[in-house]
Amino acid sequence: MKYSDPYLSGIALGLVLLAAFVFAGRGLGASGAFAATATGAVAAVSPAYAEGNPYFARYLARPGGPWHEWLLLEIAGVVIGGLLSAALARRVVLTVERGRGVAIPARLAIAFAGGCVMGVGAVLARGCTSGQALTGGALLSVGSWAFMLSAFAAGYLVAPVLKRTWL
Amino acid sequence: MTSVLLPLAIGIAFGAALERAGLGDARKLTGQFFLRDLTVFKVMFSAIVTAMLGVFWLSYAGWIDPGAIAMPETYLRPQIAGGLVFGAGFALAGLCPGTSCVAAASGRGDGVAVVAGLFTGVLAAGLAFPRFLDFYDSDARGAWTLPSLFHVPAGVVVFAVVLAALAGFAAAERIETRA
Repeated sequence: MKYSDPYLSGIALGLVLLAAFVFAGRGLGASGAFAATATGAVAAVSPAYAEGNPYFARYLARPGGPWHEWLLLEIAGVVIGGLLSAALARRVVLTVERGRGVAIPARLAIAFAGGCVMGVGAVLARGCTSGQALTGGALLSVGSWAFMLSAFAAGYLVAPVLKRTWL
Repeated sequence: MTSVLLPLAIGIAFGAALERAGLGDARKLTGQFFLRDLTVFKVMFSAIVTAMLGVFWLSYAGWIDPGAIAMPETYLRPQIAGGLVFGAGFALAGLCPGTSCVAAASGRGDGVAVVAGLFTGVLAAGLAFPRFLDFYDSDARGAWTLPSLFHVPAGVVVFAVVLAALAGFAAAERIETRA
């Protein structure tokens, strides 16, 4: 289960981000893929509603529609790359990561709730740790640095309550 | 064809880098919040510094046009509010959107639960979007950068970020040996 050196993997991640800047003219992202998927799902149920909702309408208007969104293809790659890397290092294990003080069903419920909360935050902030913190951070965007600092501040404020979930 | 292959290839490299760093493991990520394992900080800031220096020097050499890179626009108050909400969710989930996909891909049930939660949260926020559209678009500052905020040349900010990262790495190593 030994992982690579954090500084070397960080430099590798930075080179991937730089390659995205140079070859695609844009940075990395993740929450945008969820937004495109949600848009595709809403449009499948009610195309008229999706077009009338200013959030979903934006993703519908992209060339090729929500299912051809750049970030959705990129996230498909993240899943493949994550699996390949884990498989090559023999790290694919069916498990649930949790602290000693929490049972599996509770950990899964907390994970789902955390995902919901993060999803709302990412919509408000126009991106997440990838599209704002990493990408906008490297491009020295003021909003991205403000996002990064407030996200970590909130994480440190909330974490003490979650000691039993994690330690 | 490149419109599909390029994002896919970049994503594969992105996912592999996150997995190799151990960021598919929620307990490793949350070690950051308890000051026991500062991998998140080390990986993020090595990546930010690498890409920032790359853009700076490649532009300086005239090999790339920095204006051709999409710059995130700043909406200050909604981004601070979004960051606070996001950070609370991050501590609960133990994974962020990108790393939750890596966690799910490497067999972790908590990763799958975070992915499902993210989809639900983004869907709910999208459905409620007309109610907070005014706040979402408020405090618009355009493509605002740290050099223009501090009224200094970009090179000064780049140098300061590198110094801050190096100081942070030194502090992180000291904190980890104590933990």
